[in-house]
Amino acid sequence: MARYTGYKRPKNTLKALRQLFHYMGYHRWLLLVVAVLVLISTGASVAGTYLLKPVINDFILPGDVKGLILALIGMGIMYLCGALSTFGYNRLMVKTSQKVVGDIRRDLFAHVQTLPLKYFDAHTHGELMSRFTNDVDTIQEALNNSFTMVIQSSLTLTGTVVMLLVLNVRMALIVIVFLLIMFWFIKWNGKRSKAYFDRQQEYLAAINGFTEEMVAGQKVEKIFNHEEEDMKVFRKKNEDLRAASTKALAYSSMMIPSIVSLSYGCYAVSACAGGLLAIAGLMDLGSLAAYLVYVRQSAMPLNQFTQQVNFILSALAGAERIFDMMEEPSEIDEGTVTLVRVHENEEGTLTEAEDGRDEETDVMHPGKTEYAWKDAQGNLTLLRGDVRFENVVFGYVPGRKVLSGISLYAKPGQKIAFVGSTGAGKTTIINLINRFYEIQGGRILYDGIDVRDIRKDDLRRSLGMVIQDTHLFTGTIADNIRYGKLDAADEEVIRAAELANADSFIRRLPDGYDTMLYSDGSNLSQGQRQLLAIARAAVAQPPVLILDEATSSIDTRTERLIEKGMDAIMDGRTVFVIAHRLSTVRNSKAIMVLEHGSIIERGSHEELLEQKGRYYQLYTGMYELE
Amino acid sequence: MLRRIFSYSGKYKKYLVFAALCITAESLFELLIPLIMADIVDIGVANGDKAYIFQQGGWMLVCAAAALLLGVGSAQFSAIAGQGLGANLREAEYAKLQQFSFANVDHFQLSSLVTRMTSDVTNIQNSISSGMRPACRGPVMLIAATAVAFSINAKLALVFMVALPTLAVCLWLIIKNVRPLYGRMQEAIDLVNRIIQENLTAVRVVKAYVRGEYEIGKFNEVNANLQTQSERAFRLAMTNMAAMQFVMYGTIISILWFGGGMIRIGTMQVGELTGFLSYVLQILNSLMMISNIFLMLTRSLASGKRIIEIMDEEIDIKEDRAENISVSRGEIEFSHVYFKYRKDAKEYVLSDINLHISAGQTVGIVGQTGSAKTTLVQLIPRLYDVTKGELLIDGRPVEQYPLRHLRDSIAMVLQKNTLFSGTLRENLLWGNKDATQEEIEEACRIAGADEFIGRLEKGYDTEMGQGGVNVSGGQKQRLCIARAILKKPKVMILDDSTSAVDIATEARIRTMLQEKLPRMTKIIIAQRISSVRHADMIVVLDDGRIKGCGTHEELLESNRIYQEIYESQKEGADL
Repeated sequence: MARYTGYKRPKNTLKALRQLFHYMGYHRWLLLVVAVLVLISTGASVAGTYLLKPVINDFILPGDVKGLILALIGMGIMYLCGALSTFGYNRLMVKTSQKVVGDIRRDLFAHVQTLPLKYFDAHTHGELMSRFTNDVDTIQEALNNSFTMVIQSSLTLTGTVVMLLVLNVRMALIVIVFLLIMFWFIKWNGKRSKAYFDRQQEYLAAINGFTEEMVAGQKVEKIFNHEEEDMKVFRKKNEDLRAASTKALAYSSMMIPSIVSLSYGCYAVSACAGGLLAIAGLMDLGSLAAYLVYVRQSAMPLNQFTQQVNFILSALAGAERIFDMMEEPSEIDEGTVTLVRVHENEEGTLTEAEDGRDEETDVMHPGKTEYAWKDAQGNLTLLRGDVRFENVVFGYVPGRKVLSGISLYAKPGQKIAFVGSTGAGKTTIINLINRFYEIQGGRILYDGIDVRDIRKDDLRRSLGMVIQDTHLFTGTIADNIRYGKLDAADEEVIRAAELANADSFIRRLPDGYDTMLYSDGSNLSQGQRQLLAIARAAVAQPPVLILDEATSSIDTRTERLIEKGMDAIMDGRTVFVIAHRLSTVRNSKAIMVLEHGSIIERGSHEELLEQKGRYYQLYTGMYELE
Repeated sequence: MLRRIFSYSGKYKKYLVFAALCITAESLFELLIPLIMADIVDIGVANGDKAYIFQQGGWMLVCAAAALLLGVGSAQFSAIAGQGLGANLREAEYAKLQQFSFANVDHFQLSSLVTRMTSDVTNIQNSISSGMRPACRGPVMLIAATAVAFSINAKLALVFMVALPTLAVCLWLIIKNVRPLYGRMQEAIDLVNRIIQENLTAVRVVKAYVRGEYEIGKFNEVNANLQTQSERAFRLAMTNMAAMQFVMYGTIISILWFGGGMIRIGTMQVGELTGFLSYVLQILNSLMMISNIFLMLTRSLASGKRIIEIMDEEIDIKEDRAENISVSRGEIEFSHVYFKYRKDAKEYVLSDINLHISAGQTVGIVGQTGSAKTTLVQLIPRLYDVTKGELLIDGRPVEQYPLRHLRDSIAMVLQKNTLFSGTLRENLLWGNKDATQEEIEEACRIAGADEFIGRLEKGYDTEMGQGGVNVSGGQKQRLCIARAILKKPKVMILDDSTSAVDIATEARIRTMLQEKLPRMTKIIIAQRISSVRHADMIVVLDDGRIKGCGTHEELLESNRIYQEIYESQKEGADL
């Protein structure tokens, strides 16, 4: 399980920080208000402390009750403003930080949608999920508190240093030297703990990935009594995480007491130096006392700042991982040809439909096509479903060809079947038509247009697919069927389910079409899930249909029942079928026999039987058993 | 609940204590420093005694150094304790998770389980690691400063008697209201995670149907919900800070007012008032720290509750009737077995199943989609427990076998095959981790996997990728069969596990199994009659009931459903 360690990329903290600021920049006005409020709140608290002395000296000592009342009311108002500002900036900051975090999550999700399949093949789901949860959490944690704290402490720090300089330049030098030491220490320590925070987030993702995979594969784990071995692996990962996060926290939380102690050191040195100056007569007692109070105060903001360091550092580690993911290249999509609805008049000229949607002709009749390809110049080509492969070369991993020089053609309305032993490359071919993966050589033409010139979304919209592994979403059965066509009416959904012969089992479920499915439809049998997947394709009514082992878990008797429905779905469409069950493919127009990534035979069922080649062997393979 | 959580600290408990001690001691040293300081000014400078100044300055540095040592110590100890507790919690959760039945998993949903193991635990360990310090310092500072304040002027200190309850009420109100908000926030997180997780698993469907925009829309909805929920929770929690300031400022003003009065009538000195004020600030600061701790705790408790929910989940497959026996022959008997997935379901999924399978027999199960074939065989290794009736293996109820022994002797190849990240060999070793290369090769030969493994560039060391994405469906199925063979089971269940394998290969696998492992009981669920026609007995299931039982010839003669299945395949040349 060496997958996780393979993931390393040069870390760039500054860049992550810049991108984070970029996100915060969307709310710069809110943040500005927050900053102003922080300023008021800090000002009120600081001013209050400075006002104590005049209040005592000018009103309390002389016994000026009226003056005292007025002064106290004044202070009260000022304090009220301060406290209200605190209230205000906290609320605004929470709002802003939730917005920022929400934006980041939204963009990350949107970006994930554009990533090529290759990326998903190479990363465990849990690991990717960790970006959304653990890494985003760190940013939220930091934004909630740290932003205002950092403003506040830098304000007070600057204020105090200025005060010190005004009071006594020589003595202030001592404090400044200590402050520099503290800064250096924070920087040094931060760098070290940051490395551990990076590791912590990485290991956290690994645990996430592992747990996800194990729970998903729990049946197998149980059947093989593999709990103990998995526990061992888990322990190892858990221990890695513990060690890394302990180090990260030990380093970063060491900062607070260190800064506190350094400030006491500064205090002690200042006190001694001040004492000496006072004895030498260079400083009076009163200003020494006042001065020392400021020295003590100078440590406070730094202290506050270091308290946020934990959050800031782990947030940066998280932000790096998030922005790394956002920089993953999206699927290549340079196509300009789009799919449009058209009207065809008697002379056969095409005009683009005004609003793209025509209620009356909503059901597609391939004879009078309503879809056409529109290129950049505005030329319209009727979508007919003519697919050609010319010398297509492909491999999932560079240097390992899965398909070597495949050429094939499917004429509009033809049913083309792929047969061949497992691993011969059948699914791969199909994954190339809709550009799940990019070919390395040759070209694929769709109605004479190179598929690379067609916009991916439009390309895929024109192809309906039922894939080997059926995936269902949390939601009702009807929702899942409607996935093929989001605005399908209830009747359409039911009609599609009937075509797929799913209607009868759905009606027997406790809530019929409104039955909720959870966890990838775990409450349905494999065959029932396939029926739903077929219904999903049926409701979409795509011009070209791809069925990849769509009925493999459906028993032959049920398959016969859906055959009629399937025929209706396939009628007039170009259909690509992969099946090992030859009954599913024998009425195809053309059958391609694949082996080791090349087509070795091609022809109709009868022709292929006559050839007495591979297909004949496959077909008669079972007769040998008679 | 806190106690429950802390009970998982195990060997890290002592570090928790060390950390607390260090922090307390550190605070005491810090309290000493201002006292020494006062002496420098009051005695040293006043008397012009340089030696005294240096001596006291030295002591201050010693105190600072001691505080540093203790502080660093406390940082280490609380990091060790917090992260250690977190690791223990994760491990305990994972261990519990492994005992979960599928009903248990369904109860929580996968994505929520993962969140409970990661971000919920992170919440707890963070609040320990960074909360220890204020939690211990706060009370120390509070007590010390209050004592001093009272010793300066007990009457003026009575102001606290108003301030403290006010604060307490505020805090209580906030905490009481924020707790359910945190709970709702975690639920919102689960929702977000569910969408992400579903999108990751079903990425092919999403892309094939060009539903990216739609999914983004769905996500934006739950994302906005999470944003609102967390804004609500944090907003309320943050009110704490403003409330603290209100009380603090109010206290200062009242003290100035009452203190001013006292000075006027002469019961208080000016110096005392300023001293008093600085201690008041100290006290309120400590209170602030303590209230923050409470808030952090509330959030951790929401997470803690979710963790405890996992720990407390009742496992529905129990081993309490287990005796120390293991399967020796592989004879299986269903006697009036009824089954349903949920107790509150109206209808049984399996009804009145009576079936006897002798050791070494090959049994085929056929039936329509949804006829509960898979459900039937999943009862044998106790992936689910029968609802009514009895299931006997070698003449003894399955519940009497320890799960480990039971599952060791039953190999099951699932319909939906699962391979794990790791190499091909690692995946095969699941069957038997001590298997030799010869055994592995033999198993692959029987399963018909040897020919394609030979063609893989890295052979047995090929990386599988999550869910085995790097091999085709049929290859996956054969690997899963090989993995099952490596277990050397007494009973082998093949649940439609050759559906993606072509017919010739399948026939070869069947013959190999028969030849090489004749004593093993084999149960084969299949769509194709050809897969089961040579079985000693074929069971026809329909709608959860046995509708026929016999050899191929017998059933062909008498069983209508079987005839139909046969007919449907004969034409298709699918026999």
